Amino acid sequence: MLLHSHFLWYALAAGLLVALVSGPLGCFAVWRRMAYFGDTLAHSALLGVTLGFLLHIQPTLAVGASSCLLALMLVYLQRRQHLSVDTLLGILSHSMLALGIVTVSLLDINVDLLSLLLGDLLAVSSQDLLLMLAAAAVIALLLYWLWPKLLAFTLHEELAAVEGVPVEKIRLALMLMLALLIAIAMKVVGVLLITALLIIPAATARRLSQTPEQMAGFAALIGGISVFLGLSASVLWNTPAGPSIVLAAGGLFLCGQLRKARD
Amino acid sequence: MEFPLNSSEPLIRAQGLGLEIAGRQLLRDITLQLQPAEIVTVIGPNGAGKTTLLRLLLGLTRPTSGKVQRRPGLRMGYMPQRLQIDATMPMTVGRFLQLGIEGVRVADALARVGAPHLAQARLADLSGGEMQRVLLARAAARKPQLLVLDEPTQGVDLGGQSEVYQLIAQLRDELQCGVLLVSHDLHLVMAATDRVLCVNQHICCHGHPEQVSRDPAYLELFGDKLAPYTHQHNHHHDLSGEVVDDCCDHSHGHAHDNHNHGGNSAQ
Repeated sequence: MLLHSHFLWYALAAGLLVALVSGPLGCFAVWRRMAYFGDTLAHSALLGVTLGFLLHIQPTLAVGASSCLLALMLVYLQRRQHLSVDTLLGILSHSMLALGIVTVSLLDINVDLLSLLLGDLLAVSSQDLLLMLAAAAVIALLLYWLWPKLLAFTLHEELAAVEGVPVEKIRLALMLMLALLIAIAMKVVGVLLITALLIIPAATARRLSQTPEQMAGFAALIGGISVFLGLSASVLWNTPAGPSIVLAAGGLFLCGQLRKARD
Repeated sequence: MEFPLNSSEPLIRAQGLGLEIAGRQLLRDITLQLQPAEIVTVIGPNGAGKTTLLRLLLGLTRPTSGKVQRRPGLRMGYMPQRLQIDATMPMTVGRFLQLGIEGVRVADALARVGAPHLAQARLADLSGGEMQRVLLARAAARKPQLLVLDEPTQGVDLGGQSEVYQLIAQLRDELQCGVLLVSHDLHLVMAATDRVLCVNQHICCHGHPEQVSRDPAYLELFGDKLAPYTHQHNHHHDLSGEVVDDCCDHSHGHAHDNHNHGGNSAQ
């Protein structure tokens, strides 16, 4: 009877959709060491939700827009580099998260803070699913289209620039893809855990792969398996879906490490 | 722009180039031309602005004064000082050579730099010397009109260094491309270079390698031929450890010279 309830299928579809694009994108996050960057964008998403609420905009759209704006800002700040990027992102990331939480409580907005922080996969609506599908499609198309340039940019920015790759545009595209992903992943694992969904499957895929494409594919697959396992656990034992998914991903990573240790 | 597509025209023309960052003048008054099929070596002590000069000429950094003109459509091959690849990126040498360049034959590209066995090797596993060869192979694979090499022998042992310079001269002959390279040791590159620019924030002296090696400004920077490899400690430092720009200022005493004179008088 549970399998006939559409919310479960929506949840699974939404989770798999996000895993599919967060896998390849997560590879770039790992290769380019952008974990902190993802954190900053993700933690700021809460503020996006509040703004959306005030302006009566659909939350996913609001977060998408505010994340893109922040991504642009970060690209600009990074270029000026007076402070180390790490420090800058560390400051921004946690200030934005705190600001988001404080605004939510100050404005007395009727939202479930916990579901924003940790995800609310089982509450995905058909409208959410459509938006997620659209955003995932945009990310997937951009990845496919820009793939060689993204790789060249990741290997050596200046070499790529001399060889005619428009590095600033590529950098921007990568940031915007990440911002879009955060908007749709928020529903799945919540703002606190998005980076985990980005990094862990990619890191697990690393050991299995001989080429960047393989690593991207495996990361998507491992992310998908994590979503399936996490969601199953959530249904069977009534655990929160988002953290269960991240835990499943962490477990798979650990298995990979153990297998390697045994070899 | 103003250049006719004449093969004798310079590949790059720089006029009065300068770069100032946060009040520090890193380079000033750089005027130079790079000719087709000519090997030009930029030498200078650490911190002299050699890499910065390359960046300006490549268009990676914008000068704060002066201008750079590249021949329209100039195809450049660039070999960066190092490629620090994240160990999490699974990529073979062969794939790297093909990335973004059409019609590359990996075997040929690697054979050209004497490293045919590396095609299947993982980029992250290469030694310093192997990486230099692979980077050179990639730079050459684009069939560049200008090859720009930043310290091409970094991480290569002394025996391998002259081999790399021979390779560069070979590439020049084969591709008929101009070569601009940075080195910190004139004596090593001497045989394989047509022209030398001695740089320390500005161009101290330039010309044929033999000529430059006798130039007072060069000797001031690098010490005399008795100790060609000890140059790294021959420039002056101020109290904060910055290299003092004393390149063409012959009024300063020279630590190395003084030492030698002392040695002579004691005999």
